[in-house]
Amino acid sequence: MYSLEGITKSIQDWLFLKFDPTLALAIECVIVILLAISLFAILGLVLVLMERKVAAHIQIRLGPNRVGPGGMFQTVADTLKLIMKEGLTPDKADKFLFNLAPFVVMMVGMLLLAPIAFAKNFQIWDINIGVLYISSVSSLSVIGILMAGWASNNKYSLLGAMRSGAQIVSYELSAGFAVLTIVVFTGSLQISEIVASQQTGWWLFKGHIPAVISFVLYIIAVTAETNRAPFDLAEAESELTAGFHTEYSGMRFALFFLAEYINIFIVCAIGATLFLGGWMPLHIGQWESFNHLMDYIPSSIWFMGKTFLLIFLIMWFRWTFPRLRVDQLLNLEWKYLLPISLFNLLLATVIAIFGWHF
Amino acid sequence: MYNQTEILKDTSELGTEGELVINMGPQHPATHGVLHLVVTLNGETIKKIEPHLGYIHRSIEKMCESLTYRQFIYVTSRMDYLSSHINNLGCALLIEKGIQIEVPDRAKVIRVILSELTRIASHELWLGAMAMDLGAFTPFFYAFREREMITEIMEDTCGARLTMNYIVPGGLMYDLHPDFQKKVKAFVKQFKAKVTEYEDLVTNNIIFQSRTKGVGILSAEDAISFGCTGPVARASGVSCDIRKIYPYEVYDKVSFNEILDTAGDSFARYMVRVKEMNESIHIIEQLIDNIPDGDFVGKTKNVLKLPKGEFYTRVETARGEFGVFIVSEGGTTPHRIKFRSPGFSNLSALNHMAVGSKIGDLMATMGTLDLVIPDIDR
Repeated sequence: MYSLEGITKSIQDWLFLKFDPTLALAIECVIVILLAISLFAILGLVLVLMERKVAAHIQIRLGPNRVGPGGMFQTVADTLKLIMKEGLTPDKADKFLFNLAPFVVMMVGMLLLAPIAFAKNFQIWDINIGVLYISSVSSLSVIGILMAGWASNNKYSLLGAMRSGAQIVSYELSAGFAVLTIVVFTGSLQISEIVASQQTGWWLFKGHIPAVISFVLYIIAVTAETNRAPFDLAEAESELTAGFHTEYSGMRFALFFLAEYINIFIVCAIGATLFLGGWMPLHIGQWESFNHLMDYIPSSIWFMGKTFLLIFLIMWFRWTFPRLRVDQLLNLEWKYLLPISLFNLLLATVIAIFGWHF
Repeated sequence: MYNQTEILKDTSELGTEGELVINMGPQHPATHGVLHLVVTLNGETIKKIEPHLGYIHRSIEKMCESLTYRQFIYVTSRMDYLSSHINNLGCALLIEKGIQIEVPDRAKVIRVILSELTRIASHELWLGAMAMDLGAFTPFFYAFREREMITEIMEDTCGARLTMNYIVPGGLMYDLHPDFQKKVKAFVKQFKAKVTEYEDLVTNNIIFQSRTKGVGILSAEDAISFGCTGPVARASGVSCDIRKIYPYEVYDKVSFNEILDTAGDSFARYMVRVKEMNESIHIIEQLIDNIPDGDFVGKTKNVLKLPKGEFYTRVETARGEFGVFIVSEGGTTPHRIKFRSPGFSNLSALNHMAVGSKIGDLMATMGTLDLVIPDIDR
């Protein structure tokens, strides 16, 4: 079986053989940070290109096709342009907060990469309160957005930031409850255990109706949490020009842009981990040969495949739906999603207590 | 007279406690041009909208006074650039009425077909732009797919895609392109097949409906008192289709319905325009096989002189009633000219329609008013 486990293990063994444990750990940290940063960059480039290609094909056009084969280097060229652009700071902006905000948003994305299991035994930090960690860290990004909106000293930015604050705080509840449903089934907050519990089948299939409902709720809630259309009120191009990042240009804008895509990746990765079995291959009951065949596909491909499927779903939303209005957005959460998630959690608890799930 | 600093000073003084004054435009994605709205907000709720005009004022009316009756028609293409053909038609009709020029039947039929194609093209662009205002980007490309066929027909026929300049007093500038009928039929076929896609993508979308239903309501009385015309007034139940009330060219010989709705909200205005596209297709279908043979332009003198007096004609553009009023002293140029543009009156209703709603609703309301700024400023 192909696995990244062998590589990581041999590197670790070699490091601990050559250096004393503290130094080895420090070197490991540096390697992990470098890997995380490069993953960041690559994900940003790939997802931006993917978004443009998906949008293009939904909109009966071709999308970028000039720079490199099939427009592959379009995002690289765009990034270079953004890096070389002058980063303007408005005259009366709060300079410290204005410059800090993109990094806060970016940092949240980086922190969230830690507990994600990218493949079998390939995880930066298998913390025992993984799900709690994810929920709490992801709520920090709203601080960055509020900071950006307030510090820009622009009325559109301020409106966008206020909308974003109301939106993210509300939809976090639904996302949290949806995640809790799976925690109730699994009985653990640890990501590796949640994945391991799906050895026999993904929670989406074996969790009965509550799992399906919470999956739908999760997708809706995280679309709102990442400020994606149809919930992109914080940016709302036709209403607020660009919302909270109206005044940002150059690399600081690029950081916001990148953070948006990293956040999409992370929420989809978590969705794939909780509901679609993470890196677990697809197994169907008694079909031994089929299951065996599926095992031959490397776990990292399973994980990325599921994640990108969810990412495609979220992109599909964006290019199909109009934007909601701000009061409709809050009504949807507080009047519909939240009561449904509460009831759903109750239902899931009953099922879990009686052991009715498969 | 306003200058830029006075506007800024003025708006900053407007804001009192609990109010936020934002300058929407002249550079703003949703104002589609250089419309400048000074919007007073309380949180997200709109308290007052004040349109500031004049950013693209080109004194077209004054300019027309120094152009001859043959020349001034083409300046009007630059007013409502999406119905430029219909604007030209309105001016030509006035001259023909004033000098009593006989227009050949062939020219009349072609003028009507092109007017209806222009109307569809304009509504297609509006559909895409309005969906974009509401945050849906994709319908724009679907609408432009069909619009592109029309602009290609226009390019074949008159050599231009936007400002047609195809009409001369007494008929048309050139005869039709040989492929005209074939291409128009292909367009009609394509449009009928694809119009269901708009239904799926936009009309039946639950978010779109909740964004537009009950938003920006304009009652019939208000529509009349603000002087609204076109789809905006018809969506409020005011029957005002110039093609029905004062038929010009061959509109009295074709059968078509005047689309009326009573709700008066943004969704009604949307539906009226979508149904109007189908009616236009219906008119084109009746005429396309029945273009009479003969001359495409009537006999006119080289130098046109309108007799002394006052003249007024009106035509139905994609946005409503377009009126041309000329005071003639008997010379070769108009003594005084005034255009009645539909966009100006429709915009005046915006404050009344949007006060008390959210910023998002303003986009729906403004989108369904279908504003073309050069038409308002002239």
